[in-house]
Amino acid sequence: MVDSFADILARLPAYAETVRRLDDILLTNLVMVAEIPSPTFGEHQRVQWVLDRFNEYRLEHCSTDEGGNALGILPGRTGERNILVVAHLDTPVDENLDHTVAIEPGLISGVGLADNSLGAAALVTLPLVLSGLGIELDSNLVLMGSTRALGRGDLGGTRFFLNNTDLQVDTGLCLEGVRLGRLSYASIGMLRGVIHYRLPDEYDWTRFGAGGAIVSMNDIISRILEIPLPRRPRTAVVFSSIEGGGPGSKVPTHAELQLEVRSDSGDIVNDLQRRITNIATEVAAFAGGEATFEVIARRRPGGLEFSHPLPERARDILTALDLPARISPSTAELSAFVDREIPALRVGLTSAEYLDEEREQLQIAPIAIGITQVVALLQAIDQGYCRDE
Amino acid sequence: MNNGWLRANTLHHSAFRDLGRLVAEKERLGLTVSLCIPTLNEQATIGKEVVVFRSELQQRYPLLDEIAVIDSGSTDKTLEVAAGFGADTYLASDILPQMGPKRGKGENLWKAIYQLRGDIIVYIDADIKNIHPRFVYGLVAPLVYRPEVKYVKAFYDRPLASSGGVRPTGGGRVTEILVRPLFSLFFPELSQIIQPLSGEYAVRREVLEVIPFPIGYGVETSHLLDVYTRWGMDAFAQTDLDQRIHFNQPTLNLGRMAFTILQTFLSRAESLGTIAELPDLNRVLRQFQAHDDEYETVEFELTDEERPPMIEVPEYRRMRSSSDVTQPG
Repeated sequence: MVDSFADILARLPAYAETVRRLDDILLTNLVMVAEIPSPTFGEHQRVQWVLDRFNEYRLEHCSTDEGGNALGILPGRTGERNILVVAHLDTPVDENLDHTVAIEPGLISGVGLADNSLGAAALVTLPLVLSGLGIELDSNLVLMGSTRALGRGDLGGTRFFLNNTDLQVDTGLCLEGVRLGRLSYASIGMLRGVIHYRLPDEYDWTRFGAGGAIVSMNDIISRILEIPLPRRPRTAVVFSSIEGGGPGSKVPTHAELQLEVRSDSGDIVNDLQRRITNIATEVAAFAGGEATFEVIARRRPGGLEFSHPLPERARDILTALDLPARISPSTAELSAFVDREIPALRVGLTSAEYLDEEREQLQIAPIAIGITQVVALLQAIDQGYCRDE
Repeated sequence: MNNGWLRANTLHHSAFRDLGRLVAEKERLGLTVSLCIPTLNEQATIGKEVVVFRSELQQRYPLLDEIAVIDSGSTDKTLEVAAGFGADTYLASDILPQMGPKRGKGENLWKAIYQLRGDIIVYIDADIKNIHPRFVYGLVAPLVYRPEVKYVKAFYDRPLASSGGVRPTGGGRVTEILVRPLFSLFFPELSQIIQPLSGEYAVRREVLEVIPFPIGYGVETSHLLDVYTRWGMDAFAQTDLDQRIHFNQPTLNLGRMAFTILQTFLSRAESLGTIAELPDLNRVLRQFQAHDDEYETVEFELTDEERPPMIEVPEYRRMRSSSDVTQPG
């Protein structure tokens, strides 16, 4: 039983030592979950694996909900409060890629480890870590491997749970593989969409300016880049991917552009959505094509203040672990908590190289520190040191 | 030949996933289990194997009493990596050095009988990319639950898609082109072993210590023939471990493998009286390579040397004299 937040900080070195002894179990969980391909909307095998683990670790209420999430509860001593710990189970990796993982001294490598196999492995290992440390929380610890977080999934799993659960979730903690020290407590406004451009089958190739779908998409990009963006509130348009045409020398009749609008202001996001839609429509009208702007994900800005006790305690814990806090806004799971006005944090667990490449590598040694950070946060939340009274 | 053995003794690893129950039964029977991973330059995969087995099958469920890597003299960091992750590591040449050095996977498997303590030894190759605890518990469990079973062989059969109807299954190229036809001709019952050459198997010590060990590619074939002729098919079981991802061998390597296995088979068949009066066999395999328009022969002298049953080694008998050592029959 801890008697102050300072007491938690004083215990960190001992916690880290014990957590390090559980490295093998965490690495094994990481290997096993990472080798299960889990594209967004195709997470069912990982969900089953997480549930099997929850059952083996004797969690209660091990189940899936209608959102496809894997859930288990580690009951607290009093059970008066509920802390929800989430790791998304989908990865941005093509399921046909080789998912085997390799371990060498100090490093583990394979696809999708950082986003977010390590988060999932940490999630299922957490009950063993708490047990190994002899920590019993007063609050119920609700562990959730969430589905449909990425891309078109639009945080579907977490949103479903938060919108439909009977549990009063008091605080949320989102686990991400990288980077250790990263701290997100607020969500920026975001709109992710795809511009679809298509020329009709009966297109008149003799008309003035006829250049095909890729040329028109290029015009659309140029026009979007001409939109003046404010420095404050911070705003950006990010072009994520583009594809179009086909093999051979045919003039392309279709193209797609995926982009994200990010801003600290929800009004600016809405304004940019309107402008981009107009640009696409106008360029298409002049070229005789058809364009649509399909919104596939949206976040509203919000979250905690810098001075809120939850991020403040999180920074204190990082400082005590000799880690600089890297504060960054999030557009991931945290946004689902922001929408429900539930205090939440998103933390990273280790360092990595070659992120999002097939040779992606995670460092093993910092993982124990990352998990220690999570344990300390859970204790601080549980004991009420992170509440904004 | 009916399918009775195939039905009764062909198992799936998922039947044994209750590791708590398996460990309880192992402890009730007072059995010990050793894992032997034979290696030669396996630094890329050995770390993962050791971590996965140690955490799942020692720390969480104490099915394995020891995890040992027995190495043929790797020039990479295989032993360093394995030891770093907590395996016991041995150089094969340091075990029974008075027997002289021989190099081959079978040598490592044979020396494991001397070096390791388990009543059951489970052998797992080090080159498996998708290692999982099932590779061990799927093979050990039939020996724990069924006293009549002495030798459990792995096979791998997980189609990427199946309509649920009839589909072909079997072994690799050398199995289907060489070993199964040979078994079908001379030992038809043994052709029911779906993957006779798989490198993963679990065996009772009482069996391992009384059979000889070819040190090369012939070791699996000779095991099957020796166990079959001594204890019959009921001593075998085979477990489907789903999928095994590993590096495939080029065809020319498979030719050398097949050549050695054929020698072992013929030698065993002759000593069992199945084939009479073989002539002296040529031990040189000829393969070919081309330089521009020139073709040249590449000769390989391939002989599968053999280690005697461990029970015949005086040092082994002395070491185990205080325990229940099976007397040579």
